[in-house]
Amino acid sequence: MQNREILPPPMLRIGPLRWLKDNLFSTRYNALLTFLAVVFLYLTLHPTLEWVLWHARWDAIPANLKLFLVGIYPMKDVWRVWVCVYWILLLLGLSGGLWGRLAREAALIVGSGAILLLLLPFSWMERLWILGAVLGLFGGLSIGWLLRERKSWRKDVIILWALSPLIVVLFLGGLPNNPLLSPVGTNQWGGLMLTFMLAIVGIASSFPLGVLLALGRQSSLPVIRWISILYIEVVRGVPLITVIFMTSIMLPLFLPAQVRVDQALRAMVAFALFTSAYIAENVRGGLQAVPRGQIEAAKAVGLSGMLTTFFIVLPQALRVVIPANVGQFISLFKDTALVFVASLLDLFGMAKSILANPDWLGRDREVLLFIAFVYWLFTYFLSRMSRRLEKALGVGER
Amino acid sequence: MPAPQTVIPLWRDVRVLRILAQVIFVITLVLVANWFYTNLSRNLGRTGIHVGFDFLHLTAGFRISEGISFESTDSYGYAFWVGIVNTLRVIGIGILLATILGLVAGVARLSTNWLVCKMASVYIETIRNTPLVVQLFFWYTATFLKLPNVHDSLELPGPIYLSQRGLALPVPHLTEHFSSWSYFLVAGLVLACAVYVGRRRYLQRVQRPGFPSAWALITFLGTSALGWFLLPRSPIAWEVPVLSRFNFEGGLQFTPEFAALLTGLVVYTGAFIAEIVRGGILAVSKGQKEAARALALNNLQVLRLVIFPQALRVIIPPITSQYLNLAKNSSLAVAVGYPDLFSVANTIINQSGRAIEMILFIMGSYLIMSLITSAFSNWYNRRIRLVEH
Amino acid sequence: MDCVETRMSDPIIVAEDVHKWFGNFHVLRGVHLTVSRGEVLVICGPSGSGKSTFIRIINRLEEHQRGRIAVDGIELTNDLRNIEAIRREIGMVFQQFNLFPHLTVFENITLAPIWARKVKRSDAEKQALELLERVGIPEQAQKYPGQLSGGQQQRVAIARALAMQPKIMLFDEPTSALDPEMIKEVLDVMGELAASGMTMIVITHEMGFAREVADRIAFFDEGRIVEAAAPVDFFTAPEHERTKLFLSQILHH
Repeated sequence: MQNREILPPPMLRIGPLRWLKDNLFSTRYNALLTFLAVVFLYLTLHPTLEWVLWHARWDAIPANLKLFLVGIYPMKDVWRVWVCVYWILLLLGLSGGLWGRLAREAALIVGSGAILLLLLPFSWMERLWILGAVLGLFGGLSIGWLLRERKSWRKDVIILWALSPLIVVLFLGGLPNNPLLSPVGTNQWGGLMLTFMLAIVGIASSFPLGVLLALGRQSSLPVIRWISILYIEVVRGVPLITVIFMTSIMLPLFLPAQVRVDQALRAMVAFALFTSAYIAENVRGGLQAVPRGQIEAAKAVGLSGMLTTFFIVLPQALRVVIPANVGQFISLFKDTALVFVASLLDLFGMAKSILANPDWLGRDREVLLFIAFVYWLFTYFLSRMSRRLEKALGVGER
Repeated sequence: MPAPQTVIPLWRDVRVLRILAQVIFVITLVLVANWFYTNLSRNLGRTGIHVGFDFLHLTAGFRISEGISFESTDSYGYAFWVGIVNTLRVIGIGILLATILGLVAGVARLSTNWLVCKMASVYIETIRNTPLVVQLFFWYTATFLKLPNVHDSLELPGPIYLSQRGLALPVPHLTEHFSSWSYFLVAGLVLACAVYVGRRRYLQRVQRPGFPSAWALITFLGTSALGWFLLPRSPIAWEVPVLSRFNFEGGLQFTPEFAALLTGLVVYTGAFIAEIVRGGILAVSKGQKEAARALALNNLQVLRLVIFPQALRVIIPPITSQYLNLAKNSSLAVAVGYPDLFSVANTIINQSGRAIEMILFIMGSYLIMSLITSAFSNWYNRRIRLVEH
Repeated sequence: MDCVETRMSDPIIVAEDVHKWFGNFHVLRGVHLTVSRGEVLVICGPSGSGKSTFIRIINRLEEHQRGRIAVDGIELTNDLRNIEAIRREIGMVFQQFNLFPHLTVFENITLAPIWARKVKRSDAEKQALELLERVGIPEQAQKYPGQLSGGQQQRVAIARALAMQPKIMLFDEPTSALDPEMIKEVLDVMGELAASGMTMIVITHEMGFAREVADRIAFFDEGRIVEAAAPVDFFTAPEHERTKLFLSQILHH
């Protein structure tokens, strides 16, 4: 009866030699490719590594770290930035606890990133702040974990997320006549903080506009449809840099003389105007993905056009386009570097101005590589998450 | 029997409501636009600016050292034209090189060779996830400007010279023997056509597949090569750049600004094209491959006859939009000081203060480019759809 | 062909000379039909004959371009109030179910009563439970449509339509997207509905159902009602050649 037994599949383990043969030298042509690749890697990596380890002068980065992170934001108010960071991390932790794998993974990656920061040679004060951030994140995570069975909390957390841009802007910008939160004009915002604020305010304000434009483009009323199409196509046809340039020069001309709009706000207007056209196209894709039968069924049960849009069409359409809109946020995040045409000191602008400083002459490679790495860190993290989200949504569909 | 048709009150008639909604929408828009316009004219009146295009004839008073020749005595209008030509130059070369790079990287990303695949994916993930303007700045200040002095230029095979002053390459030019060689070229073309037609007829008669175009190509190359060897001296010569006192002379020369912009755009767009190419090849379903295999086609035939035509259909539309992105991104030339249309317009604004007019010009130029591109892309999509039916 | 005579007196749907074009294609070429209160009318006919378009016009999902239709005394016009009123009176069940995939079964049923008829939430929920009992799947209330079988989905769709307490129910090929073993459960629910006195117009090719449940069968061809008769007459003594041909095709295979 031996042959009736369930046998394990034959040989699954693969030794390193076998792996090399399979993946690098499977055919003669593949071996040649491997050889060429190794030569290329040696020629490029060798001088690069040599430079990074021996010749690079990284001193410009720790010396200007505060400028890179928050620009010329007043030193005595930097705690407000930390409070905002804590707020976001707490929310991230809460969501990580409340929702399934994806949010939890995001929270854990950010948490371990923060712990890694602790290992870098910061001053004790700074380490204390970072430690607070780590504790906030994991505190949120455990609270969320304890509350994960109560679904109603999820709605509350979503509302908190939606309110976050407003809270953060109020907190960083301050209020007039408030001793604790004294006003800090956006002309004093800078560095990575400004980069984030531009991207977040940009996406938050372009989203409603984009949804309206998408609905307008699908409207059965010709005038509304044409004007939406005109707006979307014109904006998509011009480079972002020209839109930023335009608002930075022309916005004050279009407003009454007594209204003062500073450069950061003008840039945010530009991002909102520009990104809304792209969001509109993404949302339109989602709207088209909603089957006609859904709209007919909604009408047949007696819902009016407005109710059909809000209860049936938009919920289904917006869900489909979440990944596309995360992608839009990522590209907006990268595009914030373009505000250099409006002479704003975001992360890239700050790097340029530090390089223009005679003290740090000739540190171009070091400084540019550093900021490129910072941008990469966030965009890579976001795009990985967005890819995972896409998969998760796709599986949940049917 | 239905009741006799009653008159619908206007406020409940769907047709009237639809028109009313549009009228209200238009009125709102006009009111907003009017408010902007009033503010604009009031602000312009206050600052004493007037709007008009007469300034285009004024003398520019600045120099452009790139592209077609431009002197500081030329007009603003001509300066903008020089900018447009420079933009088109970088777009044209950029599209060509980015396509090649993207194809190579996209195919490499799918390679079964682990090392090649990983290298391609590191390239793609690094480049796609950092801002283009940072990359451009890096290419310019941290790469091209850090190259050695002209007198110690790096010499690459070719000879191609790389220095702080940019890139100098040999350029082919025609010698006096070219006119006699051109007879061979024409003869080759005629022969090739004849061979193509004859071979195709033959193949049709015997009902066999084959490559009549390859036969024609070989005929053409053969005839031209024959001509090349029969002539006393070669009809095309290479003009090699030579180092003079301050810079290279002769050959084809690119400024570091152009080289940095081009490299940045090509490397950046190439990474996006690579992802599209990879996606397009993966999009051809496994079933298609298996069906083709089952029909006893060999690997090359599967690729050429089944996968490639289908992948192309998926690939072309997003690649067109990447071309458009490259065109729009070329406006970042201003970050490295390459005088493209945006950066020239920027200079004109600084000199003449004519912001409104120049911004209209800039946007108009890019809009025309994107209209042309989308017209092409629509035409292509329609053609594909026709093929399907 | 013209004015089809009615056996019962009280008409609820009256259609006179209804025409409809899609572009240049003349889909409906003068449909005359009167349906009485409580009547069950089965419509059959070859595909492309316009039968589906016709019942979508009754619900104003499509607009007719000539002729007149009145439902329970309300004429179908561009009057917004009439359109809303008619949709409240008429329930519709689609071939592809068209349940809202992002809402639970329960929410699918309660959505329209709460928002379009402004029923109190608690009342709407009570009614939804009753309706789910009636179509035989009370235990599925909290699931999403994607988790149900086709037959169950179609029964939910029927419950959703009934939740608006319509006077008339339209069925557009309710069983043709279903696997054979699920057809019966849906037809049973429809049979019970007919027995309860609901006015129904059903497009279907289930001739067994037509024979047992229908008061009248109408045969559609080339945009017209060619023939309409009680089931017995329709099956045993069809008058028109086209009807005979259609019946022979549909019954003998």
